Amino acid sequence: MSKKKAYYANKLKRATHMLFYKKHKKPGVKGWELRKTIGSDYPKVLKILGDHLKPLDLQVKTVFEEEKEVEKPTQEQLDKARFLIELKGELTPKESKMIGWRIDDLAGLAIAISYVISKKGKSPRKEVEELLREKLPGWKVGFNIDRYVRYGYLAQDEDDQLYLDWSTRAEVDQKALVDLLLRTET
Amino acid sequence: MLYEREQKKLGREKLQRIIDTCKNVEGRSLDPFLIDVKANVDTVKKYFPEWKIPEDLCLDAETIHQLASVIRLQSEWVKHRSTTLYADPFLLDEKIRRAEKVEMVRTFIRVWHPIIELEQISIQSLAEALRYWESLAPLDERWKEIAPTGVGSGTATREELVNQRILRDEAFSQELENFWLELKKEVAEKGKDGQIRYETFVYSGTYEYTVNRAFMTSFLITYGYATLEIHPLEEEMFIVPYDRQVTRTSDKQLVSIPIALAAEQWRKWKKGDRE
Repeated sequence: MSKKKAYYANKLKRATHMLFYKKHKKPGVKGWELRKTIGSDYPKVLKILGDHLKPLDLQVKTVFEEEKEVEKPTQEQLDKARFLIELKGELTPKESKMIGWRIDDLAGLAIAISYVISKKGKSPRKEVEELLREKLPGWKVGFNIDRYVRYGYLAQDEDDQLYLDWSTRAEVDQKALVDLLLRTET
Repeated sequence: MLYEREQKKLGREKLQRIIDTCKNVEGRSLDPFLIDVKANVDTVKKYFPEWKIPEDLCLDAETIHQLASVIRLQSEWVKHRSTTLYADPFLLDEKIRRAEKVEMVRTFIRVWHPIIELEQISIQSLAEALRYWESLAPLDERWKEIAPTGVGSGTATREELVNQRILRDEAFSQELENFWLELKKEVAEKGKDGQIRYETFVYSGTYEYTVNRAFMTSFLITYGYATLEIHPLEEEMFIVPYDRQVTRTSDKQLVSIPIALAAEQWRKWKKGDRE
């Protein structure tokens, strides 16, 4: 193995450990943490890691602090961004059951997220509860919304308004969700 | 007069209604364009000349504030509609309500890319944890109370106590009398008109000894062996020893006189600037 290859192989290992293993309450690792451990060339290391993950249907996702995609990020924006590993492709319905979510809970999450999007990103909790109660048992509705909040998909303020939270922004392609919903024939 | 009162009452009701509607729109995320801002501003304008008391003026300000919030919401609404994410919310709402559970899940999992993260412990960290556990002392050893060190009883000689400066080698009153005699002798040798300058008597070879002499002098004065004469204009102080100890019977309030004894001052004196 050439010296350069060995150099990057070692950095690749470090980056994999940092990104795959849970370290903080919020998933992923901040850019500055990667720079501290791997070095200033961490964006290059992440690109190589991404190439390795591609055949496994995984990818390195960058979530910028600005909440929007940044085309040419600066060093500062990268340092403040959060990096994580996520599924690149789509799950099959069978697989979705394997990752610990019951179909009811997942449908509830989908409805809650879609409804908040339809309300421009903010909706009273009461309205979401009413909507979920149409198809889920009443006792489960409040419990499920609390769970979505706990997992970071939704956030709730002191006025009982629900917002989209960090996990939704990182994991859900909101535009594609809206497009797909509008295309459904119901 | 009655008409004016009725007008005011009506105006207050109208403003309150505007406030409630604005709050409703904001709180329930309703379409902000449901509110006719221009008509409401006209209403506010119409009743403004009627308001005289602070409560009415506050109501007027609150109405304007709520209308401004609605304008902000309208602006956000327009911005949202202009983005690519915009879809008719009513249509979307309808689709969500009609969607079957399974269909909704199918749609969702096509756009959901769950984060991959492991919480499992690795064999290396397990081995490291075991090593740590082995080297960790039991709790009763780590939290052992510190036993008080034993103190044996014994006797100390007077010399030892004097060396440790717990006792003086002579009684304080005796020491004070000796110091008084020294003062009288110094006044006779170096003083003038039965008095001696404070610095001449107190200042000596070491700073420590100087402080000690100042301390003793203060007791000579307090206990009536001497007195202090101060010439404020000349900034000079003289010590005047009495022939006999004077017992103060005067009703006059005794005063304390602070005298600075800075090391710098003493050093200057020692360098030769004794006078």
